[in-house]
Amino acid sequence: MTEKKNATFMNRRQAISLLGAAGVMAPAMIGRDKAFAANADPSGQLTLAFSQEPTVFNPLMPHIEVDEGVYYAVFDPLFDFDPDGNFFPILVAEVPTVANGGISADGLQWKVKLKPGVTWHDGTPFTAEDVKFSLELTMDPDFRSFRSTGYKFMQNITAVSDTELTWEMSEPFAPMAAILASTYIIPKHAFDGVADKNTAPFNNAPIGTGPFKFKQRMAGDHIEFEANTDYHMDGPYLKTLIIKYVPDLNVMYTQFKSGDIDVIGLQYISPDHLGEAEKLPGKVVKLAGAATFESIGLNMTKPQFQDPAVRKALYMALDKASIIDALYYGVPKPTETYMPQQSFYYNPDLPKHEFSIEKANALLDEAGWKKGADGIREKDGVKLAFTNSTTAGNHLREQAQQFFQQTFEQIGVKVTIKNFPPAVMWGDYWMNSEFDSVVVGLNCLAGADPDTSDYFMSTMSPIRGGSGQNTFAYQNPKVDELLVKGAASFVPEERKPIYQEIQQIIRDDLPFLPVFQYALIKGWKSDVSGVEPNVNNRIDTWNVRDWKRS
Amino acid sequence: MLRYITSRLGQSLILLVIVSFIGFAVLTLAPGGPLSQFALSPGMTQEQIAKIAAQMGLDRPLPVQYFDWLRHLVVGDWGTSYRDGQPVLAVIGSHLFATLLLMGTATVISVSLGSAIGIASALRRGTAFDYTMAVLAMVALSIPTFWFGLIAIYAFSLQLGWLPAGNMYTVGDGSVLDYLRHLILPAVVLALVDVAVWSRYMRTSTLTVINQDFVRTARAKGLTRRRILFRHIVGNSLVPMVTLAGLQLPTVLGGALVTETVFTWPGMGRLFLDSLGYSDYPVVMGLLMASAILVLLGNLAADLIVALIDPRILLD
Repeated sequence: MTEKKNATFMNRRQAISLLGAAGVMAPAMIGRDKAFAANADPSGQLTLAFSQEPTVFNPLMPHIEVDEGVYYAVFDPLFDFDPDGNFFPILVAEVPTVANGGISADGLQWKVKLKPGVTWHDGTPFTAEDVKFSLELTMDPDFRSFRSTGYKFMQNITAVSDTELTWEMSEPFAPMAAILASTYIIPKHAFDGVADKNTAPFNNAPIGTGPFKFKQRMAGDHIEFEANTDYHMDGPYLKTLIIKYVPDLNVMYTQFKSGDIDVIGLQYISPDHLGEAEKLPGKVVKLAGAATFESIGLNMTKPQFQDPAVRKALYMALDKASIIDALYYGVPKPTETYMPQQSFYYNPDLPKHEFSIEKANALLDEAGWKKGADGIREKDGVKLAFTNSTTAGNHLREQAQQFFQQTFEQIGVKVTIKNFPPAVMWGDYWMNSEFDSVVVGLNCLAGADPDTSDYFMSTMSPIRGGSGQNTFAYQNPKVDELLVKGAASFVPEERKPIYQEIQQIIRDDLPFLPVFQYALIKGWKSDVSGVEPNVNNRIDTWNVRDWKRS
Repeated sequence: MLRYITSRLGQSLILLVIVSFIGFAVLTLAPGGPLSQFALSPGMTQEQIAKIAAQMGLDRPLPVQYFDWLRHLVVGDWGTSYRDGQPVLAVIGSHLFATLLLMGTATVISVSLGSAIGIASALRRGTAFDYTMAVLAMVALSIPTFWFGLIAIYAFSLQLGWLPAGNMYTVGDGSVLDYLRHLILPAVVLALVDVAVWSRYMRTSTLTVINQDFVRTARAKGLTRRRILFRHIVGNSLVPMVTLAGLQLPTVLGGALVTETVFTWPGMGRLFLDSLGYSDYPVVMGLLMASAILVLLGNLAADLIVALIDPRILLD
């Protein structure tokens, strides 16, 4: 166990020290180059199913997770995270680090060397101009860009030669590498003469450098890809890849059972089917950790949640074990923090949650919250009554709400459930912190980088005039200070204590009551190999180039 | 006749504008919007969402957005989908074949089988056959399609292995036979309820005709049973069915949400729900207008056909 922990520790450390000043490190060579091994003839067909439909094919435009399932097949980022959190090169010859001179010691000058001889699916050579174009398009004010985080510091992008690119950063920003790992490079020539890049023909007929070519899409049903036989890395090993849209999870599981689906993708197998799925002949079923954590988020601007004793008492009155075991079949793991337990930066020493109605009641009594005639506690005219909201139709969450509604009632707290369909729930209601409390699954990280400024920095709360995702409206000057310090440091060993302290403070403050870290039930046919869960990527196809059928 | 048609079309136009106005208002006034799905994406800031909203013109006042949409619609521009950037008509068109195939087959099954059962039940009123069919129709109407679909998949795909568990065709095959194999289960499941509906209507309609004077006269003239049935009863009992068929037209093109979901059939019902879930206003409005037009045209066509085949009815 200890040995395994150490192994992970070393990998993490290696991963992030790729950016670090510390000299002891080697460029990650996980991605094998085509030069080292001849590509086998791609053969066979594989059907991967998602429960949402991929519809956005320009990876720089606003998209959701399933769309990234397509991007990994068609496009390449410069480099990516492997399951241990190490970077490995894809379009670059080596991942830029301080040690190899790719990043200056102050983190302000970046130099990227690209792999020579890479071509686009239409045969055009891939060059530094394409990378420059993609990065600049992301920053183009007229373009509907997916993100601005990190890019707002980037300037003076220069294509020095066909295979070399440099840029400057106005501020040192350690998470930039993780952001680049999820920025897919698109071809400049596909936008030649296009007036409005938001409606370019490319957006529906993508051309990439990735392992598969986009062949055709049948709207509402599936997308067909064919092998890119000129791919610049090992693979692909499949002749045809089908990404199939199966809107209902029961139907998706049935089709997995019947053999119509080879790999069951996003939303996966629901926990209630786990017992049966594990016994299916000819199928591999595995539990995999995800970076998303489930919590009861509190709106810190509401009077009910100002007293720390109230938040502590609520956490104590939350029967986590019952929710996880009874509703989620014990699949997800209880957690005390937003940081995935697989992360190098995870703080394992946080106080463990204890479920005790008695202690919760004692805590509230002590803090002066007295029960009124209706059995609801109150103090200084504030009643401990609030609403709780989540996505309507998410049955497990709706049942979890009823669980804690009952246990909270036992400590004199009244919860009214008020759920909305997704478009309403996660619109202004969420972004502008119009809720009292929510049940939400969040992934606050970009890849394996520990920065969470968007979520916990006080200036990132829209309701307090900020522009980020701090919808709990959490504010703590100490956390602000630590987040700034952490993002400016490129040395993982220096960053680790900073982010562990942040987890400690947030655990004490409880702006959200952490419930569990998600675990996903993945499944594929036994004759499929190469499918490998990766907590640092949002979707399964991160290594679709390696997928095989025997 | 021409005047009647022109005036009906004129009324329809006014109705369409009202429908579009109400549809647009309900859709856009509902909280949320096409960008809320990005709210949970890592790194997506409120500022970025506001910027994208402005680029898409979603920050303009609603009346401005409505009249802009209407102005484009009048010149034949139905807009562009927020979901996949395709023109609305192309999006609808891409789901049309799947919908027509499934709904068309199901309708043919339900109309022919339903009418046959209905006429037979009416002719043998009060017999064991009539009662059995009445009970079966009640059962068929009461079974939830979702459940029936899953049972059919369980029996014929998982247990017997005779038919595929869903999808419209096997990617890489796509022969006529392949399409047919995939079509059987969803079409039968979908037709089941409609067979029940049609048979009940047809039975009632036939019974009404059977008791008419002209049938008694035909019988008194000594015509054969067969001739009375086909020459005098069937034709007349079908008249009310034409109106029913006219009302069904938009349903045929509107798709069947539940069946499409269970059998992963890429039809119009799924498109509507997915577009609604995404707040893809242009596509939802497009589908709304298309189905409103079909309702109006279906009704008009039914009225005209009834007038043509039934000399008792005069338009104008």
